[in-house]
Order: sequence, then C-alpha cells, then structure tokens
Amino acid sequence: MVRYSVEEEYRGMIDAYQKAGGDESVLKSQDTAKLVVHQNKVLANDGIKGLKIDTEETASGVRVNFTIEKGTKIDRPVHLCFGLLPKEGLQEIIMKVDAQENSQVSVVAHCIFPNAVKVIHKMDADINIGANAKFDYKETHYHGEGGGIEVIPRARVRVEKGGVWQSTFALSQGLVGKLDYDFEVFCQEKAVAELVVKAYGRGSDDIKIVEKIHLDGRGARGMAKSRLVLSGKARAEVRGETYGNAPYARGHVDCMELVNGKEAVAVAIPIVSVTDDTAKVTHEAAIGSIDRKQVETLMARGLDENEAVDVIVRGILK
Amino acid sequence: MLVVENLQLKLNGNSIINGLDLHVGKAEIHGILGENGTGKTTIANLIMGTNSYRPTGGRIIFEGEDISRLSVSQRAKKGITLAWQEPARVEGLTVRDYLALSAKNGQIEQYLLMVGMEPAHYMDRDIDATLSGGERKRIEMASVLAMRPKLAILDEPDSGIDIVALPLLLNGIIEMNRQGSSVLLITHSERVTEIAHRVSILCAGKIISTGAPLETSQWFKNNCLTCPHINEPTQ
Repeated sequence: MVRYSVEEEYRGMIDAYQKAGGDESVLKSQDTAKLVVHQNKVLANDGIKGLKIDTEETASGVRVNFTIEKGTKIDRPVHLCFGLLPKEGLQEIIMKVDAQENSQVSVVAHCIFPNAVKVIHKMDADINIGANAKFDYKETHYHGEGGGIEVIPRARVRVEKGGVWQSTFALSQGLVGKLDYDFEVFCQEKAVAELVVKAYGRGSDDIKIVEKIHLDGRGARGMAKSRLVLSGKARAEVRGETYGNAPYARGHVDCMELVNGKEAVAVAIPIVSVTDDTAKVTHEAAIGSIDRKQVETLMARGLDENEAVDVIVRGILK
Repeated sequence: MLVVENLQLKLNGNSIINGLDLHVGKAEIHGILGENGTGKTTIANLIMGTNSYRPTGGRIIFEGEDISRLSVSQRAKKGITLAWQEPARVEGLTVRDYLALSAKNGQIEQYLLMVGMEPAHYMDRDIDATLSGGERKRIEMASVLAMRPKLAILDEPDSGIDIVALPLLLNGIIEMNRQGSSVLLITHSERVTEIAHRVSILCAGKIISTGAPLETSQWFKNNCLTCPHINEPTQ
C-alpha cells in the first residue's frame, strides 16, 4: 500500500475536494467550522462557538460526536470532508449528532474516493434533532472512474416536536460502484423530515436505496424523494416508505428513475401506510426513458445528442 | 434559403404530407396558414428532423444542400431551429442555462426583455412545471432569438400567449428577421400572418395557394373556414 504523509494526505484530500465541487477557501476560513478525515486520521477539526466536534480515531475510521448547543444558530455551513486516497481500504465513520433544541445548522459533507479500486466507506449515524431545531445535511460523493467502491450510509434520525431534518445525498460524479443507502427518520409532533437521494448509475453500478419516514406525532410531515438516472448495465432498487401513524400526519413518496439504454434496470417500491383516519400519505413513482422531446429541444439549439442527454441528467440530479 | 420539393410523408399507410412544395427566401418571413389537422406541425418536424420523421419522398434543400437525412443537431448547426407549439420542460435546467445554450453572445437578458419578461424574475427559475404554458412559450421564443438562426421554424407561436404579450412576441420575430433570420411562421391565426412577407395555405399536407398576407388570409377566410371538404382539396 502507498503511504502518505499527513501533508500529502491533506493536499490530496483538498485537491480531490475541489474536483468534487468543493471550495478550498472555505476550508481555510477561520470562521467556518470543519472536519477533514482521511481514512482514520483527523487532518483538520475546527469547531466554532456553540458547535463541538469531538473525534476519536479508530482502527478503521473515526468516531465523531457532533453537538450543536441549545439555541445556537450557525450562519455559515459546516464543512465535513471524508475520504480515502489509496486504491484499497476501509473507512468507517460512526457519527453521533445532537442538535439541541432551537439550534440551526447547515452541514455540507464531501466524501471523496478518487482512486478507489477496492474501497469500503461505511457511515453509521445516530442523529437527534431537538425541539424546534433545524438541521440541513447535504452529502456529495466524488468517486473516480474505477467503480471499485462500496458505499454504505446508514442513519437513524429522531426529530423532536417542531424540529426539521432535511438531507440530500448526491452521487453523480464518477462511478457509483455499489451503494447501499438506508436512512430512517422518526418524526414527533409537527416535526418535518425531507429525504432526497440523487444518483447517476453507469457501467455495472449497483444501487439500493431505502428511505423510511415514520410520522409518529400529530401534524408531522415527511417527504421521501429520489431521482436516479441509469445507463450501461447499472441497476437500482429504490424503496420509499412513509407511515402516517398520527392525526393529521402528511407524507409523500416521490421516486423517479430514468433509464438510458437497453441494459440498465430500475425498480421502484413505494410503500405508504396510515394507521390514523386523519393522516394522509401519497406516492408517485415513475420509471421511464429520457424524454425524447427534451433531448430534441436541446439538439435543436445545436447540442449533440450525448450533450443534450448530459444536460438533462445534470438537471435531474442537480 | 429553404426549398422543399415534392415532400411526402406516409405514416401507417396514410398520406400526411402530399407532394408539398415550398420556397422560403433569405430574410423572408413566410407564413403557413392551415386549419387543425392539415399537417402544419408535421412540416415543422420534417424540416427540423424531429420526432423521428423522415420524408418518404421529395427533398428538403437548405442553402443548396439536401438535409433530409441529417440529424436534428446537424441541422441546428447549419442554422435551423424550431420553437415547438408545446415546448418541453426540463427539470433542473434554469432559464439562464437554457438561454446560454443558444446565445451567440453573453447578453442573454435582452432576449427575455424582447419577449416581455423581466430577467430578474426568471433567470434563475427552472424551465419546469412551475412555469405557466405562456411563460414557457415566451422563454422558448427567447431561446430562438438568442440563437440568431438562419431559419427559425415557429410552430403556433401565439398559442397560450395573452393579448398583452402577443405584440411583444411578434415584434421579437420582426426584430429577428431584421437581423437577417428567415422565419417559417406556422399558424392557424390570420392575425399572426400579418407580419409575414408571404403566406401559403396548407390543406391536406399540400400548399394550395401562396401570396401576399392580406389577400391570402382573405382567401383562407372565404374558402377554408367554410370549406365542406376540410383537408380534402378538390382543386
């Protein structure tokens, strides 16, 4: 295995972070909270007032305790950067998040595996969103073209009364490899959960998505949304589940998978259930090819067919 | 600029376009006036190469070259473009990015202004289902204006456009023409053909009359609107 010095690791991570759409200047800013982890080494860890990021390096990754103190509102997004530069390896992130009542934060996570040939990236998150707290989490992956990566993100999220959890998981740069995404959210009274997954599967990518929302409190609201585009021999199974278990709960499952080519396979399994007669949960699932009229509209402006498809795919996954 | 000779299209054994001849000159606005079902949109598709339509007979000559077998992109790169009667919506594509695909210079705001839209309100919106049909239609027109095509095919440019926006849209077409574009203006509305230099009447996939806008529109009113043989020309 190639060994990296700490400086090389940091430089390599930053280069890959920029390729993944990240802005290096953000990581240099003293006003921005951040955490940079390469494999099981913490390369940077800067909290700010009201936000504590405690880390512990383990044999295969890191444990992270992420605490936003009661009433803290953080103006600038907190940046997390996880990755692994060698071709092979395992990175396990065990994360505990405590967003205390009336806190508010936006977190942008970049997960970077540019050289992966045989890499496993696992995240197990235990997340609590306090009463009236708001937590916005965006996770973007950058993979190389090798496709030799297995990504296994798992999260269990509890949202207390009036709290808001919004998450977006995007994997559209490089080959996905194998993705096994499983997020489950439990919403108390008037809590809100929005789960969004966007992925572009190509080659032999294998994608499995599970989004589950339990609307357990009166007036809780939830949306499980997914947007996938598949080409080559990629396959995807998306399971969006929403359970309306309380009075006036409102939920929606929205799944769209587009297949470009004859060998890709898309499966959508929406599950909606209500156990209260005033709750309402709806779903829409669409699987189809890329709309020919959209493609021709862009071709009529001078784009080649592949360029037109690329613009459409980027729009869907934006 | 554009010469269509004896153009024919049969679909499932039915003749849709029936030996159509058409000449559009350089910097000419040429109207095609016809009732529903006469083949207006089919002509637009055949000239642009969209909807997988390829002629079963005849030729489409653009600047001296037969383009009948070229792809949509190839035709667009030669300077032809089409504004659809019902433009497509593309999730996640902003008005700014859509116009930038066409624009030959960076001043894309002016094209929205030309169709009566305030750039600040629209530039960062997606061209998706959140836009009304009329808004989407005007953005489509702005995109064509931005392309500065040699030939713009406009399929029912007034449909879904309110009476306030229509004059702006027609002025946009006139301005595009002033800058050198030829325009094929496909419509069922005599009001729209008033801006044309010449107008042809389409019936059953064939041009049955061509002339000056006023006279041709009058002929259309007198003969087509009351015709007992709609889409079945007897002479």
